[in-house]
Amino acid sequence: MTFPDALSRRDAIVLAALSAAATAIGPRLAHADAAAVEAEIKKLYADKKLGSGRVKIDVPQIAENGLVVPINVEVESPMTEQDFVKAVHVYADGNPLPGVVSFAFTPACGKAAASSRMRLAQTQNIIAVAEMSDGSLFTSKVEVKVTIGGCGG
Amino acid sequence: MSNKPVPRVRVPANAKKDELIEIKTLISHEMESGQRRDSAGKVIPRRIINTFTAEFDGKTVFEATWHPAISANPYQSFFYKAVKSGEFTFKWKDDDGSVYESKAKIQVA
Amino acid sequence: MISRRDFLQAGAAASALVAASGLGPLNRVAAQQRLSQADILRFQPLGTLTLLYVADLHAQLRPVYYREPSINLGVGEVKGLVPHLTGKDVLAHFNLPAGSPMAHALSSEDFVALAKNYGRMGGFDRIATIIKAIRAERGEGNCLLLDGGDTWTNAWGALQTKAQDVVEAMNLLKPDAMTGHWEFTLGAERVKEITDKLPFPFLAQNIRDTEFEDRVFEPRKTFERGGAKIAVIGQAYPYTAIANPRWMFPKWSFGLREDDLRKEVEDARAEGADIVVLLSHNGFDIDRKMAGRVKGIDIILTSHTHDALPDVVKVGQTLLIATGSHGKFVSRLDLDIRDKALKGYRFGLIPVFSDAITPDAEMAALVAKHRAPFEKDLSRVLAKTEGLLYRRGNFQGSFDDVFTDAMLQVRDVEIALSPGVRWGASLLPGQDITFEDVTNACAMSYPQCYRTSMKGEMLKTVLEDVADNIFNPDPYLQGGGDMVRVGGMGFTIDPNATIGQRISNMTNLRDGKPIDANREYTVAGWASINEGTQGPPIWDVVSQYLTTKKTITPRPLDAVKVVNI
Repeated sequence: MTFPDALSRRDAIVLAALSAAATAIGPRLAHADAAAVEAEIKKLYADKKLGSGRVKIDVPQIAENGLVVPINVEVESPMTEQDFVKAVHVYADGNPLPGVVSFAFTPACGKAAASSRMRLAQTQNIIAVAEMSDGSLFTSKVEVKVTIGGCGG
Repeated sequence: MSNKPVPRVRVPANAKKDELIEIKTLISHEMESGQRRDSAGKVIPRRIINTFTAEFDGKTVFEATWHPAISANPYQSFFYKAVKSGEFTFKWKDDDGSVYESKAKIQVA
Repeated sequence: MISRRDFLQAGAAASALVAASGLGPLNRVAAQQRLSQADILRFQPLGTLTLLYVADLHAQLRPVYYREPSINLGVGEVKGLVPHLTGKDVLAHFNLPAGSPMAHALSSEDFVALAKNYGRMGGFDRIATIIKAIRAERGEGNCLLLDGGDTWTNAWGALQTKAQDVVEAMNLLKPDAMTGHWEFTLGAERVKEITDKLPFPFLAQNIRDTEFEDRVFEPRKTFERGGAKIAVIGQAYPYTAIANPRWMFPKWSFGLREDDLRKEVEDARAEGADIVVLLSHNGFDIDRKMAGRVKGIDIILTSHTHDALPDVVKVGQTLLIATGSHGKFVSRLDLDIRDKALKGYRFGLIPVFSDAITPDAEMAALVAKHRAPFEKDLSRVLAKTEGLLYRRGNFQGSFDDVFTDAMLQVRDVEIALSPGVRWGASLLPGQDITFEDVTNACAMSYPQCYRTSMKGEMLKTVLEDVADNIFNPDPYLQGGGDMVRVGGMGFTIDPNATIGQRISNMTNLRDGKPIDANREYTVAGWASINEGTQGPPIWDVVSQYLTTKKTITPRPLDAVKVVNI
């Protein structure tokens, strides 16, 4: 009442449903947390106040593939010589290391927006900090869900 | 790294003056994070492209610093306000010291 | 029609008759006499344009029984709202007399008795008759037929012909546009091969390639019908690459892409569209949320979650239409468009009662032609069922028990997992279970029934993850189907809890002991999204089980306990 051994012994293939998460995570390594992200921000900006608003993080609400998660950050700014976005730093609080990417903009960009693709080990928050030409800082945070998937619908 | 990284860029050949254009770039690279272990349990050493730079007529207009969380075959897009005709130079700096380069001209009318 | 009122009256008359004769529910003949094609098609026309809408046909070329869910929970803000009403609550909400045709078509109440009265629903030849009749009535140039997707897969013939049979049948219906979801499990190459030749556009604003984020399909098309310009934007299932095997379309990325959608709506208006229609495979709750967040959409034709609603749901100024699945209904929406705006509408969810509607000969011949090579396989009797077999519902259905029992026995494992897909027709007590019936519930391009082992804690992780994909209170964070079906293990679920907290009391049904987080269990399952999964196709596993078992006696579905609802 069982299938030939050749078939039934193929145990190595773990339920696909598990694989998305498993692949992204790999062997369980220590991961960063909110404190590690804060520490990174402090390294750059000490205890300077972080304002809210102006920074828009665009990520999929659910990641299709933990190894390739698109991220777009856009900061409200006229992008003139007098008033522009100097830098945007992106962090993830559930990866082995908190840093993801830093963008350095110039007024020549015309628009303070950039897209990259990142690896996310698990469901976690993405934090972006924008530094304006006058030295002021703005931040925002968004969660990305990394799911096992499967189960069609 | 099995193959030499190959950059690919999308820059519009023409733009109107003061038009906001999106520039898209890709480069083939494994972006070894330094977080993985081989079958023997040894950490595979980090080797990533750590910096992407876009210059226009020799002047840096945009730069990205990539950490190990950036995906393999890294993608980077950004904007540029087309003021005059000229040439972009894109540079990718590898952990091993290599620099990969690609150029693209734009005509602004 | 069937405006709702007509049906209510028909139903009320039927009830009166029943009461007078004291014979119980209408017998079949009486039901057919009540339900004439003319009655079903009767509709007070409005305006100059008719939208016709079908979705989630799942390649069911012929009529089927399909029991609507008896449990379909809404969580968070949508708790208790349509479409999360089932059974008697559906009847009460829509004022449907018990035992009436629409009551039967839309709820699980008294399903077996009423199914025997009213017969099967759907069938491409009946759908063709309805569509032809409406086109004849309104004029072809005043109709727009749209297909919401999940059309090309999940029947044996469609699997064997790589959807050629359904594609040809659909083409005969002459749709104006479609979008998709399960279509993508044919693989990117085959999908492109088909869509390149389709005589109508396959629309998907939310699919982009994984390199430079270029569009893979046209996002939108504007039609001139009934004196109006109608922009149709396609929205494919946003979580296809998560819910289904991404390796089958590795260069395509999906997602909700709300900002892109806003731009499509703006562009459509700028190009002169009078109304904007979103042909969406998002699923009802996502569409309801999106309707509130993306302004300027007049109509959302929603699908994926298989909901059938006899009335329009309004979110602000946006009308949501849910047309059901498996060919049970054709939606008709008459629109009065004047001065570049929607001034009025009239809606009818037309039930495709196959015994009342004359099959269209041309379609019937095409379906028969495509069936012929597989007829012998399809009609092979494997067993008989003594009870109702169905799948649809948030948790294990009686047909799912057949699948999990088959895996436990044939793959010799302690625990079996079966996907909570919403498709799969129902069988009535006393029916033979044919190979066609089995494949209607499992025909897909990644059918391997794997065998593996898993620790108890991993099983918990799987259940929690799937549960969060159904019961997350934010519709945008919901993906996939119903809860994963489980054999050999019982559990308690609190849908309103948070991830990690929903599942408890996981019990090994073999010995009644709690599942041990650290012990390895042998596990079988099918529909793995992993590339290279090995194992016999699930239909072989189930067929082998049924052939040996000969008679299926469904048992009470008490292994899953739902709490706090």
